[in-house]
Amino acid sequence: MARQKGVFYLTLFLIVGTCSLFFAFECPYLAIHLSPAIPVFAILLFFFVMAMLLRTSFSDPGVLPRALPEEATFIEMEIEATNGNVPAGQRPPPRIRNVQINGQIVKLKYCYTCKIFRPPRASHCSICDNCVDRFDHHCPWVGNCVGKRNYRYFYLFTLSLSLLTIYIFTFNIVHVVMRSVNSGFVKTLQDTPGTYPFMLVCFFTLWSVVGLTGFHTYLISLNQTTNEDIKGSWSGKNRVQNPYSHKNIINNCCEVLCGPAYPRYCTVLYCAVGPLVLCGHAYPRYCIVGPLVLCAPAYPSVLDRRGLMRDDLPVPTSAAEPATNSNPVPQTTKTTAPLIPNEHTPDDAKPSMADSAIAHAEKRSPSPREEKLPIPPLASPETDAEASIIAKDKAL
Amino acid sequence: MATHSLQDMRQQAAIAAKVFIQRDYTNGTVCQFQTKFPSELETRIDKQQFEETVRTLNNLYAEAEKLGGSSYLEGCLACLTAYTIFLCMETHYEKVLKKIAKFIQEQNDKIYAPRGLLLTDPIERGLRVVSFRKQCDSH
Repeated sequence: MARQKGVFYLTLFLIVGTCSLFFAFECPYLAIHLSPAIPVFAILLFFFVMAMLLRTSFSDPGVLPRALPEEATFIEMEIEATNGNVPAGQRPPPRIRNVQINGQIVKLKYCYTCKIFRPPRASHCSICDNCVDRFDHHCPWVGNCVGKRNYRYFYLFTLSLSLLTIYIFTFNIVHVVMRSVNSGFVKTLQDTPGTYPFMLVCFFTLWSVVGLTGFHTYLISLNQTTNEDIKGSWSGKNRVQNPYSHKNIINNCCEVLCGPAYPRYCTVLYCAVGPLVLCGHAYPRYCIVGPLVLCAPAYPSVLDRRGLMRDDLPVPTSAAEPATNSNPVPQTTKTTAPLIPNEHTPDDAKPSMADSAIAHAEKRSPSPREEKLPIPPLASPETDAEASIIAKDKAL
Repeated sequence: MATHSLQDMRQQAAIAAKVFIQRDYTNGTVCQFQTKFPSELETRIDKQQFEETVRTLNNLYAEAEKLGGSSYLEGCLACLTAYTIFLCMETHYEKVLKKIAKFIQEQNDKIYAPRGLLLTDPIERGLRVVSFRKQCDSH
């Protein structure tokens, strides 16, 4: 769950509000005059939508834990070994690893915040300040990133919400028509004034949600993420093809929607003393306690983004912290070393296969040239922030 | 500056004390690790042994991520129950992860600990690396 939860509450309000009005004003009439199955199905659908929404919002999207200092230093040494001696005043080459995936060369970028080479399809979300595996987009409507672990819940949420919106809108129309036939159109409007603003909301959200569902269905059939689509990674330029696609729509859909339930990589448990690390090293993450029913285990409220990096136990500020703290990238990092301005990845990047880099590092590590050991510079996150993480929601 | 260089030396000793095996992405994003034998371990363990361990790990992860009838069935059943079934039931992946943890424990006890090495479970590092920690070279 991300810091800015305001839009998520709006989503909740719109869904719960619209459905409440539907149940209160229209269902009694429809149950009597048409069939009691109508509200029953609506309730089931409503619960499914809420379950998927909460599941998407409160589940870990596939956050990659940050590198421990040893691993970070090891990677830095590898990079140093690969780049060799950079003359003073020159920009060092960008930190890229090239790997071959199903016959396609894919560039793995280095994340300065997490100090890792991101696995393929992973990306860093500047809002959540984490690298997320199979990063799709950061959705403000659900208040969370959508990634490997929660993409199917997100898709089912948009799909079921489309169905719910269409269902409610249809039965709104049916209700108005039926009443008008009996008592006239104007009297109908007078009798049930409350539903019409929400019908309007329904009408507009219908187009955006159905559009979004359609867009994601298209992405799933091609086994692409929104991030890849926006960046045009596999758009056919230079004859690159998506190496992750099974070239078969059914297989792609099955893999994305019915594939195995991937595990969480790391959790931070909140207790009276402060954040307790379950496995690996603590890193800051934004989440609020979720309903236990829908996501086990519940995620605690975590706070300051950088606090945990230095083994401090930060003062717990609860989830009641208002969203007025709206600056998405607060600069609290104490950078004591020069930045590596390395966010660009020009095509003439020096290719280095992972194992050859390791081989170099092995040869170099006991070298006496390191009288002054190169301390890995603390690059600041803005050199690596992924811009435009928020999806082009086809929404409002 | 003296403290600084002491820290550096400690850091260097710490680095030398861990060997990282990276992921092998040639077949896509399925979890596979490179079976190439790192030269730092040459003096410690047998190449065959190392390859055997990594290959078994790879097979176990392949089993966890296998796309087949049973995983589809699990997915569909879970979807129909709005994923509440996972409150009562363990996912297939979690079952295999337990198997992997047991395997790593076994390997550590039987093979690596006697040679002063400790194999860490890659799930702790987000399935990015398998690391071997050298026990003796501590500062």
